Amino acid sequence: MSENLIELLISWGVDARKAASQVEYLAGATVPFAIWETVYTTVLSTLFAYIIGLPLGIILVTGEREGIRPLPPALMKILNTVVNLLRSVPFLILMVCVKPISRFILGTSIGTVASIVPLTLAAAPFVARVVESSLREMDRGVIEASQSMGCSPWQIVTKVMLPECRPSLITGFTTATITILSYGAMAGTIGGGGLGAMALLRGYGRQETAVLYVAVIFLVILVQIIQSIGTAVAVKTDRRIQHTQTKRRKGT
Amino acid sequence: MEEPIIRITGLTKHFGGGENEVAALEDINIEIRRGEIFGVIGLSGAGKSTLVRCINLLERPTAGSVVVDGKEMTALGPKELRQARKSIGMIFQGFNLLMQRTALDNICFPLELAGKGRKEAVARARELLEVVDLASKEKAYPAQLSGGQKQRIAIARTLAMDPRVLLCDEATSALDPKTTRDILRLIQDINKRLGITVVVITHEMKVIEEICSRVAILDHGSLAETGTVEEVFANPRSEAGRRLVYPDGVPYEVLRQEAACARVIRVAFNGGTAYQPLIASLAIDCGVKANILGADTRNIDGRAFGTMLLGLPEDEAQAAKALAYIRSQKDITVEEVPDYHE
Ligand SMILES: Nc1ncnc2c1ncn2[C@@H]1O[C@H](COP(=O)(O)OP(=O)(O)OP(=O)(O)O)[C@@H](O)[C@H]1O
Ligand SMILES: [Mg+2]
Repeated sequence: MSENLIELLISWGVDARKAASQVEYLAGATVPFAIWETVYTTVLSTLFAYIIGLPLGIILVTGEREGIRPLPPALMKILNTVVNLLRSVPFLILMVCVKPISRFILGTSIGTVASIVPLTLAAAPFVARVVESSLREMDRGVIEASQSMGCSPWQIVTKVMLPECRPSLITGFTTATITILSYGAMAGTIGGGGLGAMALLRGYGRQETAVLYVAVIFLVILVQIIQSIGTAVAVKTDRRIQHTQTKRRKGT
Repeated sequence: MEEPIIRITGLTKHFGGGENEVAALEDINIEIRRGEIFGVIGLSGAGKSTLVRCINLLERPTAGSVVVDGKEMTALGPKELRQARKSIGMIFQGFNLLMQRTALDNICFPLELAGKGRKEAVARARELLEVVDLASKEKAYPAQLSGGQKQRIAIARTLAMDPRVLLCDEATSALDPKTTRDILRLIQDINKRLGITVVVITHEMKVIEEICSRVAILDHGSLAETGTVEEVFANPRSEAGRRLVYPDGVPYEVLRQEAACARVIRVAFNGGTAYQPLIASLAIDCGVKANILGADTRNIDGRAFGTMLLGLPEDEAQAAKALAYIRSQKDITVEEVPDYHE
């Protein structure tokens, strides 16, 4: 099996020694491990980014002057400015900048786990904006109806806004996860692990094209899986389109 | 007399500030009696929605007082206000149902807010589905319901709060005539059976005629008149009331009766003197007081064009004098309006 692969690579004009070392690398445990690293970095970073970004996104909507629980305009201005500032710094630079924070929290700034901190901090403002734009789709009339029923701001957020915006929030969550996955791949250049590091350090750095392609293929597969699941869940749980769906099913 | 359930005094609401300040409501005084169906009618932009929204304080009045069921709404803190709102149901033109919940769960919503357990809430919601005649749609989502059905669910949802008052802001405006009638009948039924006071906001006369006992006419943010529906519709006193009751112009017979004048004449101005001087000189030169019943005249460079309806006094001699005087004016033609019976 691996002999055939080496021969295939050689037939493509790859140097014999290099072909052998690449196939050996790809056949080992490093690829599954890189996938695993990418998956858990993405999952944990997304989780933490939402822990910060979700409340922040909610506040950006509810705290406005016309929102359901207006906050001091000065505070809203500061929040918006901070989010915009963080969003405007290119991710790679932001990651380098927050390395000291990583060192402070985890004692190290190198490694896969350490890359979760900058990933989280870089993704949180992005998540906040994604959440914000989902919640802005909320029908004002429905919020007014709940206010007329005596809902508190907290009840409006938890019982009305979040459930009613669920499909859009799930779509946003999918986008955010994929963005964080690609951020994580870039983190490979500054000491993170996973498929990104594999593609950049081995594939690009050592000119091992086969390794590069394999890493990219797995990244593409991961993105496809996340996107398909995200879209399917968003559509499946959206009660507004059930009507047309059943109709279509009957029609065909 | 019994204390009104809603007493609105000196209610004023301005939007915006500075140059683009809009006076949506100006010194409104209304009393709504316990158990009645009270209508508020007015043209688009008259301030009807603003008025109902001031009742449950979705809109905070700029000035004035709103007392609902003995509570001064404007004086309540956030928590007390939420409590007070629970006894004021509201339904909307756009239904405003929770799209991600089934019909049953929409009705359960206020019960959840009240801290009722799931079992109890479901049982009550099922009862209310019966009340609005939609028991078969329990599991349907709003997207699967027609407009009329959505409004029924919205009504059931407010009934779940056990309200004393039901506010309806154009609740039937998005519905066809037949569905409108059904929904109105349901509201009437609720009013009778449960004794809930209803405030109906609409721009349609039909709605008021169908279910209201008393009506207030709102015009450009002011209260034009209030009274029983029969009174107001039979004899609208305000300009706005007339426009609503007679959208195609006031019939002559009504005008004539009101003006208590025997004859109505139509005066056409063809570019001569304006009409104010004519009326004035009629009074001064002939001692005849003419009633202006309606006018559609324009002044162009100080010259008048258009027509005006005048009511002349009963006295034959005076009327003849006035007619002769007007006929003698330049650029004015007169014709008598025959009896208004076609
Ligand atoms: N939030 C707001 N900000 C500024 N102006 C407003 C606001 N709400 C209403 N207005 C203004 O107040 C006036 C009355 O509006 P309102 O919605 O109460 O009218 P309405 O009688 O309900 O009309 P319609 O029949 O079209 O619903 C309008 O001139 C409107 O532009
Ligand atoms: Mg309105």
